Amino acid sequence: MRPFSYQRATDPGMAVQALSAAAAANNPLTQANAQPLAGGTTLIDLMKLDVMRPAAIVDINPLARGWSAIDPGADNLRLGALAKMSDVAAHDQIQRSYPVIANSLKLAASAQLRNMATLGGNVMQRTRCSYFRDVSYENCNKRNPGSGCAAMDGVNRMHAVLGTSDQCIATYPGDFAQALIALDATVEITGRSGTRGMPFAELHKAPGNTPEIETALQPGELISAFVIPGRWPRSVYLKARDRQSYEFALSSAAVALDVQDGTIRDARVALGGVATVPWRAREAEALLRGQRFDDGLAQRVADTAFADAKGRQYNSFKIALGKRVVARALQQAATMEI
Amino acid sequence: MTAAAPDPKANMGQPVPRYDAAAKVTGRATYGSDMPLDNPAYAFLVTSAIARGRINSFDLHDAKNVRGVIDIVTHENAPKLKESKLFSNGGYAGTTIQPLKSADIAHDGEIIAVVVAESYEAAREAANRVKVSYSAATPSASFDSPGTTKAAAKGQNAQFKEDPQVGDFAKAFEEAEVKVTASYDTPTQHHNPMELFSTSCAWMGDNLVIYEPSQYVYGLKNGVAEQLGIDADKVRVVNPYVGGGFGSRGSMTPRTAIIAGIAKRLNRPIKLVPTRDQGFTIATYRAETRHEIKLGAGRDGKLVALRHEGAEVSSRADAYCVGGTKTTARLYACPNVDSLVSIVRADRNTPGFMRSPPEVPYLFALESAMDELAVKLNMDPVELRRVNDTTNEPIGGKPYTSRSLMACFDEAAKAFGWSQRSAAPKSMSDGDWLIGYGCAATCYPTQMAPAAARVRLQRDGRTRVEIAGHEIGTGAYTILAQTAAERLGVPLEKVAVFVGDSDLPPGPVAGGSNSTASTCSAVMMVCDQIRQRLFKAVMPGDTLTDKAKETIGLSQAPTTQAAKGDRPLDIEKAFDALGAGVVEEYGEWKPDGAPLDSFKAMHSGHVRIVGGAAMKDKIAYAFGAEFVEVRVNRYTHEIRAPRLVGAFAAGRIMNPRTTRSQLMGGLIWGMSSALLEATEIDERTARYVNDNFADYLVPVNADVPGVEVILLSEQDDHINPAGAKGLGELANVGTNAAICNAIYHATGQRIRKLPVRLENIEV
Ligand SMILES: Cc1cc2nc3c(=O)[nH]c(=O)nc-3n(C[C@H](O)[C@H](O)[C@H](O)COP(=O)(O)OP(=O)(O)OC[C@H]3O[C@@H](n4cnc5c(N)ncnc54)[C@H](O)[C@@H]3O)c2cc1C
Ligand code: SF4
Repeated sequence: MRPFSYQRATDPGMAVQALSAAAAANNPLTQANAQPLAGGTTLIDLMKLDVMRPAAIVDINPLARGWSAIDPGADNLRLGALAKMSDVAAHDQIQRSYPVIANSLKLAASAQLRNMATLGGNVMQRTRCSYFRDVSYENCNKRNPGSGCAAMDGVNRMHAVLGTSDQCIATYPGDFAQALIALDATVEITGRSGTRGMPFAELHKAPGNTPEIETALQPGELISAFVIPGRWPRSVYLKARDRQSYEFALSSAAVALDVQDGTIRDARVALGGVATVPWRAREAEALLRGQRFDDGLAQRVADTAFADAKGRQYNSFKIALGKRVVARALQQAATMEI
Repeated sequence: MTAAAPDPKANMGQPVPRYDAAAKVTGRATYGSDMPLDNPAYAFLVTSAIARGRINSFDLHDAKNVRGVIDIVTHENAPKLKESKLFSNGGYAGTTIQPLKSADIAHDGEIIAVVVAESYEAAREAANRVKVSYSAATPSASFDSPGTTKAAAKGQNAQFKEDPQVGDFAKAFEEAEVKVTASYDTPTQHHNPMELFSTSCAWMGDNLVIYEPSQYVYGLKNGVAEQLGIDADKVRVVNPYVGGGFGSRGSMTPRTAIIAGIAKRLNRPIKLVPTRDQGFTIATYRAETRHEIKLGAGRDGKLVALRHEGAEVSSRADAYCVGGTKTTARLYACPNVDSLVSIVRADRNTPGFMRSPPEVPYLFALESAMDELAVKLNMDPVELRRVNDTTNEPIGGKPYTSRSLMACFDEAAKAFGWSQRSAAPKSMSDGDWLIGYGCAATCYPTQMAPAAARVRLQRDGRTRVEIAGHEIGTGAYTILAQTAAERLGVPLEKVAVFVGDSDLPPGPVAGGSNSTASTCSAVMMVCDQIRQRLFKAVMPGDTLTDKAKETIGLSQAPTTQAAKGDRPLDIEKAFDALGAGVVEEYGEWKPDGAPLDSFKAMHSGHVRIVGGAAMKDKIAYAFGAEFVEVRVNRYTHEIRAPRLVGAFAAGRIMNPRTTRSQLMGGLIWGMSSALLEATEIDERTARYVNDNFADYLVPVNADVPGVEVILLSEQDDHINPAGAKGLGELANVGTNAAICNAIYHATGQRIRKLPVRLENIEV
């Protein structure tokens, strides 16, 4: 870890000001001089590993008063960016009306981490690629642009099969983001010119030729809230992992269905653990609309979701696994009692 | 009785609570890096980013500019140290690769610089700023890498003495009615004890004190003295508590002498706390192994031929090997046995002991193959073990001192509900989950080593026990206190125990599960010396019958007359008669068959372990049987093991509470080893990739909802005075095979490579 300055931001304007002031013009957000600190469970980790080296830390926890509300309205749900994962997961109405959200949070990390970690920090968490997190490896395009990718032909069991590029195959590791992207959430961004909304689906950027650019956020911008339209009681988060708790997904699916009289009116499918960014399987989910559910249909949806998947030496299994996870999540959603 | 403190059965001690429980849960127990030092400097290691090659140069400019940096030590300016031989060649070291000696690099993560600073933070920051230019050569990572060499273990490793053989394997196998030939793989694993590989060194004049988690304080003391070229009496190693060892701290690592040398040069105490990932390369590990097993049997299940060939990875420098064929060749009755162990040399750090070093990989292979044989024979796997049970090992015909293998199978099978199993694979399920039941035998050699102890008894019954044993979390304090209290007849709470200090009388390495048998036997002997002296004082001229010698105790209760029988002696009267306030005795104990130089070796930090299969006219093992239920998800193929049941017999059980805890931990580790643990090696660079607790998986509580430990009564009068068989390494042996056998039962799929992960399942 390297020395850094520490500042507590007591209002949003001050946070934005402090973060913009320290930002050098052409650095991507991930390498910005100043970083906001929420729960710290990603940021402090990466600083200790010397992967992130911010000169200034702006603690945004004092903003919790305004930014941590959990607000289930009549036709949408608003979640403050500083709400704790554990509080949202345990919220009665969220468990009832948005089980996919509650379970994506409950099945993530550990109880201790969920008590510390915030929703904003959660969606901004960075990849767990071992080569990225160990600075003794030179070759990591994400950490060290242009240096190559050690994972491409290395130990890549945990890596992505969708949304990859020949520059980077790192998995987006979070769970909650799949629920957000599935439910067409909007992310509320607070910056110098006030607050604006952006579709959550546009927040994360696939690696392409610039794996160091991970999101559409600019230095000086903060996530203040998420807004989820509608209610989705028939929704499921299914997560396959190596151990029963406290482990990232090898493959997960966030599925939400709107079924009336046996016909699927709307369907959402998002994939976790298999893609470089939170991943919405739009073509696949489209197959469900207007149909009656059966296992064959679930299988076709699953096949379509992974039609473009590309495996590497140790992660090819994720394609077959991912399909089974999608099909099973659809079955569970279709048959759940609500 | 509670689950944690099972009622003692015959030949078991009381399940008294841990001697150190309060200290541990209140944080008062002081581990090596907790020891207060006077004005220490802090060291941080820089380790190599290549596995083979040379350092061209360092750029230390930025690092030196970090405020608080005192010194940066590299091969260019490191203190000169003498070489140390590998422990198996009569030395102390776990590796002969000595870092900071030259610009050469022999493995990933070798220590290449030590930054010393006024604070830990400054040292770490400066270490991050050290820039190294390397000339990298292509390393050989493991078995299949180009550039490795393979040769028989025999002749390379002094401790691997024989490839056990008997009869005519080739002919018997050829003619066998039923045959199994199968290959098995086990992965690289790391111990990852909770306490990091810390070292603190403080000099007072010419005297050095080392605070370091060690499983062998006498070995470390003598080894560091040898490397520094000073008298061993000037070195003291102190560690009253060790935060887990699992074998990783049994032999000396290079870091200690390096830190001691730098502390001397800077004339200042130094504290080193390496990181978790550095622990993967600055200490030892369990190397990956490969096996081929051939079993031939008659239709009745009786083995007629057994061959076990094993191959193990070691470093270029050292021929470490575990060679588990000494066990697998002898476990079952079989007249024709052949075996061979080879070592494959790669560009790796030297592997070393890890909990049940030989048995874990080798029994995984044999007990998996036994299950395959049971399937071929259409026989219950428990019955296959019964048919091949034996009282004498087949190689030399020596009798087992005691062997409760089948009693363990029967008890565990009953508790588990084995009779509920429907034998056909894929025949049991529950909703999304396929269910499988599996079992395997477990065993571990009974080993003993010379040990010395000092015991002091005061008139008021207060007792002090001193022995350089080790509290690695197993319960050493507790059972030493119990042993002394029982033997002297004083209340347990009056006994104070001191271990983990090389200024105490020498105890053996806490390895090979020999500690309880050795240290308790020594303490018993010394307690008897005290009783003898007191008895003589009360009844001069009287001679004790052998029986009385054994049964006479001391008691605070006034008794009118201590007779020759088994009446307690009045302790105060005895002290009056002796005319003393304190009796102190020192004694050195060695097991039957220990070599002549045992005591000399003991003082100079060399262990002379005897037992297991290596004894002249007998063979001694502890046994157990393990049953597991696995569940395999039809859709995700996730594998879970919700129930682990083990029954074990290990001679005298000193304390059922600490014993259960050891065995329970063993079962959980066994499950972890079968399903989770593997160190991933980057084949191109021969580097460990998942060298942290986020990526190197061990079970969490949710993975182990049900573990049941059953202790069987067993009495064995042929092993050691304590009558105890080591059991710290007993339980994690059989679990690997039991889990794979259960996976076969659940899915119909035989998996022969560990760990088993969801991608290995094809349902
Ligand atoms: C061992 C381990 C296991 C884990 N397992 C899982 C898992 O299974 N599933 C899962 O989903 N997650 C998992 N996590 C990740 C964990 O959920 C995240 O670390 C956590 O959610 C991050 O939240 P935080 O508030 O601590 O973020 P911080 O660490 O404070 O911040 C993370 C990043 O986001 C930035 N940031 C924070 N808040 C904002 C904001 N409001 N606007 C803009 N930028 C912001 C920070 O600058 C930083 O770069 C695991 C983490 C660990 C350490
Ligand atoms: S996958 Fe991406 S993060 Fe991982 S090494 Fe390659 S470039 Fe770096």
